[in-house]
Amino acid sequence: MSVTSIDKDLDGLSLTLVADFDAPMERVWQLWADPRQLERWWGPPSHPATVEQHDLTPDGDVTYFMTGPEGDRSRGWWRVTSVDPPSSLEFTDGFADQDGTPLEDMPATTVRMRLTEQDGSTRMELRSAFESREQMQQLLDMGMTEGLQQAVGQMDALLGG
Amino acid sequence: MVVSEPSDARVDGLFHALADATRRDILRRSARGTLSVSRLAEAYPMSFAAVQKHVAVLERAGLVTKERHGREQLVRTDPDAVDGARQALDELELAWRGRVDRMSDVLAHDAGAGDDTPTRGRGR
Repeated sequence: MSVTSIDKDLDGLSLTLVADFDAPMERVWQLWADPRQLERWWGPPSHPATVEQHDLTPDGDVTYFMTGPEGDRSRGWWRVTSVDPPSSLEFTDGFADQDGTPLEDMPATTVRMRLTEQDGSTRMELRSAFESREQMQQLLDMGMTEGLQQAVGQMDALLGG
Repeated sequence: MVVSEPSDARVDGLFHALADATRRDILRRSARGTLSVSRLAEAYPMSFAAVQKHVAVLERAGLVTKERHGREQLVRTDPDAVDGARQALDELELAWRGRVDRMSDVLAHDAGAGDDTPTRGRGR
């Protein structure tokens, strides 16, 4: 069993997800706390993640890159704002440049994760939120620009324009 | 892009707007960032008024918005703000659903492949 519920708050620009895992809490915590395990689920299969720095302490940094099908790398970072092993973790997740330096003007999301255990299974409650409407829009525009360029390019081809 | 069921009139407007190479070019340029109509006019061998007409067609089709900024008219592609929030959260949802699925896979894989815990069989 995995995702139990998902709530989206359009005004708060946030997503709240509840998932139940058939594993003890300490085991689920390791998915976050062990960089080699984190790599196995953070990126989609098309863009697997490689975790470099991994410091889950207050103000600690996690740095990673995701490798795309063309071998292209996009870099990201977490800044840990609060951590209480093995039950809770809060961090900001953002973009970095090719050297791994955080791009402060690029959109970031905040993630709050909490684990509770009952009868040997673990509930994960996770809230992921955009920091501001501007940042959310920026993220969309980046994706949309790409999608739109592609669509218009196809139209040009179709219409001989 | 997430597009809700469009009406026939809207589709006609869209196709009309996109049936012109100049307008498609304007759309492409304004998708890269906000542009003023006068800057756009410099890019084409036509009058400012002609470019303005093309922008108006795109605007009626809902593909761009125009905004006055001092003496300049700025053009940009503008997904509706609420649809924008919904789309952004949908994308976030997809990303996290995928992650949770993979977390389950890692847990199941390790439970099956690790030391033989009697409570979790290999054939789950």
